[in-house]
Amino acid sequence: MLDVISRPWPWYVAGPLIGLFVPTLLLLGNRQLGISSNLRHLCAAIAPKDVAFFRYDWRRAGLWNLAFLVGICLGGLLAVRFLGTPEVAISAETRAALARIGIHDFSGLAPGEIFSWSSLGTLRGLASIVGGGLLVGFGTAYAGGCTSGHAISGLAALEKASLLAVIGFFAGGLLCTFLILPLLS
Amino acid sequence: MTPDKLAPEDAETAASPRDVSPFWYLLLGTLFGVVLVKSEAVSWFRIQEMFRFQGFHMYGIIFSAIAVAAPLIWILRRSSMKTLTREPIDVPPKELGWGYRYAIGGTLFGVGWALGGACPGPMFALASAGQSVYVAAILGALAGTWLYGYLRPRLPHY
Repeated sequence: MLDVISRPWPWYVAGPLIGLFVPTLLLLGNRQLGISSNLRHLCAAIAPKDVAFFRYDWRRAGLWNLAFLVGICLGGLLAVRFLGTPEVAISAETRAALARIGIHDFSGLAPGEIFSWSSLGTLRGLASIVGGGLLVGFGTAYAGGCTSGHAISGLAALEKASLLAVIGFFAGGLLCTFLILPLLS
Repeated sequence: MTPDKLAPEDAETAASPRDVSPFWYLLLGTLFGVVLVKSEAVSWFRIQEMFRFQGFHMYGIIFSAIAVAAPLIWILRRSSMKTLTREPIDVPPKELGWGYRYAIGGTLFGVGWALGGACPGPMFALASAGQSVYVAAILGALAGTWLYGYLRPRLPHY
């Protein structure tokens, strides 16, 4: 039993579990699954200044979601500490393709060549970590949602706006994968 | 759209009058974090495999999540079921308009997703799951969100 849990979970276990969060949150308190709203709540809590977008009662609107976010951190910690060390079994083609752009460390959840504190001093590290973060923050705020808000709960609610956003996610992701990542290598 | 007019996402900032204790959300979030890590959806490698169309894993996760959530949302929208605290359940539709904000914002997010290999949830899960450098990605994401809020009155929201 523990062995089954400690191995990586297949998509047909993880996907339906993630899907169940949407109705569960609705039944608990009429809440919509969406993590990126927390970035807005945190900005509203830390530095609203006189920006209209951040002038609202973040406690009332976002306390539940911030609690959910703290939970995510806790879950990440628990998963790695007690449920087995991750070693990601990506396809051989992906390994080969990544090797061609200078990635050879496949040991953790992210390649050590890019995702370490020391690599923040390199162009590739800075662009991937901080640049990636900036675009995620700006893009999700502009689009009003991220993978959870648009791709999962939005598409499940049959929203055309979410479909357009998800098409954008993929357009941007493909552009980055095939044009930007090779330039950074 | 004028900046002071309520944007679609503001619907969710209008909180229900009554709600269960934040503890329940903390608990659910913990489960969510465990699933994100154990499914490897937080892995830069898996995101690369997805964008290179070289594996079904991420597509399987996203499609099966939608397949499970969609019929349940459909039922909840049409039923007269209430939340645990007896509030009505409503899933307000998103305003599409011309869709500029979704197309532009979505594309910018997609570039960031492929660069960092993490969307907002996974960033937080990773930062506490031994990949501490993702704290820098979170700070970047907060800066990006703040920048959007600052520039919002000047950005197209058709």
